[in-house]
Amino acid sequence: MANISSDISHSLAGAILVISFMLLYQERMFGLLKVFAMQAMVLSIAVAWQAYTQQAAHLYVTAAIAFGVKGVVIPWSLHRIVPKLGIYRNIEKVVGVGMTMLAGVGLTVLAIMVIFPVTTEETGVVREDLAFAFAVILLGFLMMITRRNAVSQIIGFMSLENGLILAATGAKGMPLVVEISVAFSVLIAFFVFGVFIFRIRERFDTIDVDNLNQFRGDRG
Amino acid sequence: MIADIILQGVQMSIVLLIAPLLTGVIRKVKARLLRRRGASVIQPYYDLWRLLHKEALMAENASWLYRVVPYAAFAAVWVAAALVPTFAAGLLFNWAADLLAIVALLGTARFALALAGMDVGTGFGGIGSSREMMIASLAEPAMLMIIFTVALLAQTTQLSIIAYYIATTPIGLRVSLGLILVALVIVSLAENARIPVDNPSTHLELTMVHEAMVLEYSGRHLAIIELTASLKLVFYMSLFVCIFAPFGIASPASSMGGNVIGMMAYLGKLMIGGVLLAVGETMVAKMRVFRVAEFLGGALVLGLLATVLLFVSRGM
Repeated sequence: MANISSDISHSLAGAILVISFMLLYQERMFGLLKVFAMQAMVLSIAVAWQAYTQQAAHLYVTAAIAFGVKGVVIPWSLHRIVPKLGIYRNIEKVVGVGMTMLAGVGLTVLAIMVIFPVTTEETGVVREDLAFAFAVILLGFLMMITRRNAVSQIIGFMSLENGLILAATGAKGMPLVVEISVAFSVLIAFFVFGVFIFRIRERFDTIDVDNLNQFRGDRG
Repeated sequence: MIADIILQGVQMSIVLLIAPLLTGVIRKVKARLLRRRGASVIQPYYDLWRLLHKEALMAENASWLYRVVPYAAFAAVWVAAALVPTFAAGLLFNWAADLLAIVALLGTARFALALAGMDVGTGFGGIGSSREMMIASLAEPAMLMIIFTVALLAQTTQLSIIAYYIATTPIGLRVSLGLILVALVIVSLAENARIPVDNPSTHLELTMVHEAMVLEYSGRHLAIIELTASLKLVFYMSLFVCIFAPFGIASPASSMGGNVIGMMAYLGKLMIGGVLLAVGETMVAKMRVFRVAEFLGGALVLGLLATVLLFVSRGM
């Protein structure tokens, strides 16, 4: 039984990692939102499974927050924002899909190489879960770097936060207060991003953040 | 010894005999899903029979290569399909069923067909060959990654041992196995020229890949090529069954009864695979040729990830 339960949480963590790669691969705005919602839902299943195996009732609250806020509310509101911004077309990227995916694999290897030496007391599956969570965080960073479009940068940020939750729930004894405050700070960050996007759009008629570069002091 | 030879012979003939039936079942299911009646499931046999009795027309400038290629490709694919353990894990020639060797056999067949496509010098043949080689050059690294992952798990590239290992050892849910399952689905869709990479039932010149390459063939040559395509599909299905669902496969020491059970299980799994393929093909649309590179790149990344996970986590 113990074996099966850790196998299932391991597979769910792996699925979240694969969905991070799907986010990197995705080219269309609405596709991106759907994949992001899917990641949040798989995350909430993974958290709920942890709650069940750890007998920790407060993790069910975390799962519900992940499902409600990131699986439904944020994708839905982005779904409404995107047509207003008029960006249903393909997402512009800094480098091609192939390079991004290879960089993603490199980051996954990095995550494993970093996590494994520092967690030698733990069992194999827990270490791999932590490594997966760290890889999801790094892939979120990668996504924010490689996309020009502000909306997909938000998605990168949110998926980074998914990785944080995955890492936190894998460890036992995470207090509920921390999780709730993290969830709400993400929601607030989302609002700030939203306002920010509309400001960029008003100013430049586009949400390509490359335009912000002309305000950098070193360019003159 | 005699029994061994007979079993191997059964395996060789069963893959050949069932190949058109599998194609027929897939076509029938697709037709039913699209609310058409569809041809009978044994229609591919009739097609082959009709083609065998038609005159084989040859272009005036066709070389000997053009004539030899269908048989060479057919032989290579048939050997590959006959080597995969389908219903029993202990066949006579299983020592030769090395995954790398099998992939090399398929590569040989594809190389021969691509040469033949360019032999006559028509535009379509050239386009088809170049596209086929592009897809192959992207699919093969992904396939190698899949092989590495399986080899790391089972400590061998010998297919019969892999199948037996996976059928008997409780390895549980492995993330790497899940990753290569997806990667292998993508690779085999590309290799078999199925939707979304290629459409096996169209002759629309802008989109066709495999059909463009063999466009000039007719008569018995075309019959052999169609049979080769069906056989290749059976091969990939058997590979899936052998790696991911080898339950029911007869062990090397089992008696006649075990072999019969293995055969029933194999045929059942093959038909389930055919239905799944038909449903999947009905649900997705064909993608642009230039998107194929990214699609197969995804398979490569998944395979790489699976290998890395197994390799790195083993090393520490």
